Amino acid sequence: MKRTLLGIALGAAVSVAAIASATAGTLQDVKAKGFVQCGVSQGLPGFSNPDEKGNWKGLDVDLCRAIAAAVFGDASKVKFTPLSAKERFTALQSGEVDVLSRNTTWTMQRDTALGLNFAGVNYYDGQGFMVRKSLGVTSAMQLNGAAVCTNTGTTTELNLADFFRSHKMQYEVVAFEKADEVVKAYDEGRCDVYTTDRSGLAAQRLKLKNPDEHIILPETISKEPLGPVVRQGDDQWFDLVKWTLFAMINAEELGVTSKNVDEMKKSNNPAIKRLLGIEGKFGENIGVSNDWAYNIIKQVGNYGESYDRNVGPKTPLGLSRGLNALWNKGGIMYAPPIR
Amino acid sequence: MTDTVKEHKRSFYRTEMLPPKPPPPASTGVLGWMRENLFSSWWHTILTFVGLYIIWLIVSFLVQFAIIDAVWSGQDRTACLADGGREIGACWAFIRVWHNKYMFGFYPEDQQWRVLVVYAIGAVLLAFLLIPRAPGKRLVMLLLFVIYPVLAYILLYGMSSLGLPVIETTRWGGLMLTLVIAAVGIVISLPLGILFALGRRSQMPVIRFISIIFIEFWRGVPLITVLFMSSVMLPLFLPEGVTLDKVIRPLVGVALFASAYMAEVVRGGLQAIPKGQYEGAQALGLTYWQMMLLIILPQALKMVIPGIVNTFIGLFKDTSLVSIIGLFDLLGIAQASLADAKWATPVTAPTVYLYLALVYWVFCFGMSRYSIFMENYLHTGHKR
Repeated sequence: MKRTLLGIALGAAVSVAAIASATAGTLQDVKAKGFVQCGVSQGLPGFSNPDEKGNWKGLDVDLCRAIAAAVFGDASKVKFTPLSAKERFTALQSGEVDVLSRNTTWTMQRDTALGLNFAGVNYYDGQGFMVRKSLGVTSAMQLNGAAVCTNTGTTTELNLADFFRSHKMQYEVVAFEKADEVVKAYDEGRCDVYTTDRSGLAAQRLKLKNPDEHIILPETISKEPLGPVVRQGDDQWFDLVKWTLFAMINAEELGVTSKNVDEMKKSNNPAIKRLLGIEGKFGENIGVSNDWAYNIIKQVGNYGESYDRNVGPKTPLGLSRGLNALWNKGGIMYAPPIR
Repeated sequence: MTDTVKEHKRSFYRTEMLPPKPPPPASTGVLGWMRENLFSSWWHTILTFVGLYIIWLIVSFLVQFAIIDAVWSGQDRTACLADGGREIGACWAFIRVWHNKYMFGFYPEDQQWRVLVVYAIGAVLLAFLLIPRAPGKRLVMLLLFVIYPVLAYILLYGMSSLGLPVIETTRWGGLMLTLVIAAVGIVISLPLGILFALGRRSQMPVIRFISIIFIEFWRGVPLITVLFMSSVMLPLFLPEGVTLDKVIRPLVGVALFASAYMAEVVRGGLQAIPKGQYEGAQALGLTYWQMMLLIILPQALKMVIPGIVNTFIGLFKDTSLVSIIGLFDLLGIAQASLADAKWATPVTAPTVYLYLALVYWVFCFGMSRYSIFMENYLHTGHKR
């Protein structure tokens, strides 16, 4: 009996293995198999999480869909692989996923030493502080002597230590393994301050008994640029992922949305004409059809739409654009022009 | 003289027994039992009251949280938020909305009947196998261990030639994935464990050596390491372009891991069989396999039923570890559901974990009850 079972198991394994052929280039492979395999998180509110219907949602997920729209003209031709933080880079290196869009911080170490390339930044995050309003604190500089709740063994803890040491302030760490434990401890008043990435603060705030009694302080003490990652040495695929993100940002800058993209096709603005493939052959240069950006915008939307839908002020997370606003609106979201 | 004795008897002795008198009321019934077991001394009385108080604390909290203050229906997080001063308990509305995903993961809803069919066939076959008096054990064994796995695989994974669309294992999840991993682990680990137990006691040095190495290797590493190896290291060793299915990897790891533990449990049973049984079998001229299958193993396995079921229960609970390597088993999908900002409230996480505890408990308790039933059914004079 065990032989039968093992036989089945191996049979299944081999049949799946047979899909992956010799690597001619990720784009060719993706086109051959008919879908983009995208690595996402196991659940991070607003970035990539399944909803109760089983659909993946989020800012990172939208980027995956946009890549599928660019390659196939169909945003639904994408499959998601939930990855833990530890296995994410292996999954990309071994070819299990084609692109990793999993709230991954762009650091020099990761970009240079792991055989990977970061294809851009789709969210500028940074570590922040949350405190009770009743404390009357308005700046992180007033936190001398505070008890700070945080997760163990993450860069969060290191950033915290750096920040307090460089400002010569005293503090006390109350650390826990899981985010849920940290929130609970903070809610029960075991510490004065809760620190993690700002997007995380917004998500965890919803789990507090009275979210309105807490504020997020203005200081951001670390740089956490999150972006999609691809394997190093495949420039065609790298370009495609990079320009998919740029197309979404450019579309917002030019005012092209999923709703008005059809009218915009008639626009006289040369930048919009180039973006939507009316002029020039920009799609062909990255190995896809010339209406690639039209498909992205039509089916997924521009960057602003994706932001508002997943993490923006109207969602439960309620994150204002901040650094992620366009460069001409006070943020640093900037995409090179399509020309 | 006989007459005098008769006289004697008639006058001095009763000729029939007195009907037994009921025991004193204070030692019978509920009262008597309580007096005997709960209040037999002042020390016991104190302990009883302390115990009752603790039980009251837990039960009243649970009833308050899970029933009285609970929210049973709603569309999003606003339903489970404490506004208007009402204390909010369990957010069952959330579980209701997510229930389908908890059961089936991302298995497409119009194909979920396939999973239910697999459950149903499995349940019927198991019932035939597990109820001692049911007929046709051999046929059922054949069906369950040879035909059923193939059928289950075809139904769950799909076969386009039969009109069943293929559902990749990445879409498997929830309780279904938990049961698949546990079932495969159990079905593989028992026979494999028995083989390695026999191998470890074998006279043949090569077989004994291989068995010892296998058992000690798998017992020497934590399951979590095995899972990480299979998901993080293994893909790097495989040739480029070759990927092993994400579910198969932990499946093999869990099954081999459980086999090593099973082998040691069975070996304990083998060692408890008196040497006379082996010698008797050999004196009758039985071959090694006849001796093992007809004489030694039936006795040995019966003796270690608690150990075997213990390993099964441990295996069932260990399946939840696969959630940390990105598989959405019951625990994994539950944790992913907590990332749904639409439902984030202070009570969502406690509700989910309470629900999970209940589901795991039902399965484990069921297994343990069956094991006690089997022990009683099979006990033939060894029980003290």
